[in-house]
Amino acid sequence: MTKKQYPFYFVLGALALYLLLFVIPGVMGIYYSFTDWNSYSNDIHFIGLDNFKTIFSSGENYMSYIKNTIGFTIITSIFKTILGLVFAMLLSEGIKGKNFHRAVIFMPAILSMLITGLVFKSILNPSTGLLNATLTNIGLGSLTQQWLTNVKIAFYTIMTVDTWKGMGYIMTILMAGLQSIPRSYYEAADIDGSTPWEKFRYVTLPLLMPSITVTTVLNLIYGLKVFDVVYALTNGGPGYATEVLYTSVFKEFSLGRYGIGTALSSILLLFVVTIGYFAIRLLSREDVEL
Amino acid sequence: MKKGIKLPKNIIKNIVIWVIDLIILIPLILVVINSLKDKYQASSMGMDLPTKLHFENFVTVINQGKLFRSFLNSMLYAGSSVVFGVILASMAAYVLSRNKSKFNKFIYFFIVLGIAAPINYVSLTKIMQITHLMNKPIGICLLYTAMQIPFSVFLIYGFISTVPKDLDEAGIIDGCSPLRLFFSIVFPLLKPVAVTVGILNFMGAWNDFVTPLYYLNSAKNWPMTLAVYNFFGQYQMEWNLVSADILLTSLPVIIIYLIGQKHIISGMTSGSVKG
Repeated sequence: MTKKQYPFYFVLGALALYLLLFVIPGVMGIYYSFTDWNSYSNDIHFIGLDNFKTIFSSGENYMSYIKNTIGFTIITSIFKTILGLVFAMLLSEGIKGKNFHRAVIFMPAILSMLITGLVFKSILNPSTGLLNATLTNIGLGSLTQQWLTNVKIAFYTIMTVDTWKGMGYIMTILMAGLQSIPRSYYEAADIDGSTPWEKFRYVTLPLLMPSITVTTVLNLIYGLKVFDVVYALTNGGPGYATEVLYTSVFKEFSLGRYGIGTALSSILLLFVVTIGYFAIRLLSREDVEL
Repeated sequence: MKKGIKLPKNIIKNIVIWVIDLIILIPLILVVINSLKDKYQASSMGMDLPTKLHFENFVTVINQGKLFRSFLNSMLYAGSSVVFGVILASMAAYVLSRNKSKFNKFIYFFIVLGIAAPINYVSLTKIMQITHLMNKPIGICLLYTAMQIPFSVFLIYGFISTVPKDLDEAGIIDGCSPLRLFFSIVFPLLKPVAVTVGILNFMGAWNDFVTPLYYLNSAKNWPMTLAVYNFFGQYQMEWNLVSADILLTSLPVIIIYLIGQKHIISGMTSGSVKG
């Protein structure tokens, strides 16, 4: 009866598109990462692990791209979580116009990174940009920097811009988590004479853990797949200082070295699917049995 | 006594939050101010107010940046992915949620895994070539629809359990076909989640530039985001025009955000908070 009532062909449209344009390229990509596929010849040869040997060899820069990607992921995850939590708690009580502030802090998340990237490029311009000009005007001229061209600083600048964009989203999830903590727990803590720190440490933090787990998973997946902010601000430069996996895939693609490109993409897939597997289990409202 | 301590603390809190708001909004304020300046005043892209309001910047940008064309492109890509995405995802989510056989549960899990999985843009090229979708607007429409299916199915699936099953049964007794039952009875009840999914898909497609970067070589098919980037390449010295272009491109998304804020925030955070 249910079978007739809920025919499988309802699923087919979505499933077919998803398979064709999402899953099959992913699977094919794994195969192509063992080949010398490139734009210069029509033949594709199986070359075993050569692409991976190239990627993991010390003579090439690819390892630094992987390191950069992981570094970016960890650092932005930490900052988005801390700032998101601070803002969420700040907004949780004693603030007028809570929804307005939430909307403002969330807003960068809905803007195109390519476009906001242009604005940040101007703000961060060492000679004419707003940031250095402001620092000079308030007597902090010694802090002015070549924000996007100094090898040591550029990557941190990118992470800061990314945090600007992403922290409102994390804050919103944590705000909802905070709201679900019953008031009575805090009242009980008050009666016991707890300090604000103790209330945070022994009531808020443990009860917020499920939400923090979710935001961490979201941050990790986002961080590993980062492309927009790096492409818009430095496109991997200066040199290769800010190159991450997804930008290097695009570069290999532009150079016609498809084999290495898919190999890099497959490494990324492996990272993300591992985390994603646990993520979906957490995010699914029902336990999925396989 | 307690009140006396609480009041100044709240004032400080309120001041802090306004300062944070301001820091977050600076880039946006900067764009609005500079879009109204003349070329020379805008060259430093500073916070100083325009000496005279140059609204003609917007006209210049629309003409020289060929904004109308790219606006239509963006509308086509975002609009079609919203329509196809919502219909296909809600049909799939409906059956997967109503008939929870082992196989269907697996399919659901398999589709939802796509929320996290990265796209292999390089090997996708091959598929695009085989299917003759490379460098064609229809290819971009289908790609956006495909990319948004996992999250859309996830959101709608969660909502469908709130639609009473009795309705389905009533429809069956009346002799409705499954398709008619779905579109005339169930689909209208999915409106809240369909609006949320639609808005999120629209914004996702509107803001994306990676897909056209890989799969559209002709500038006449570019969406607004990519057109702005290209415009910036040509007019780097004229920040007043670049700002006007940025403002016009961001405006649709900002307007949708202001109207549909509740839907967007609930959609983007749903599933992450268990009640």
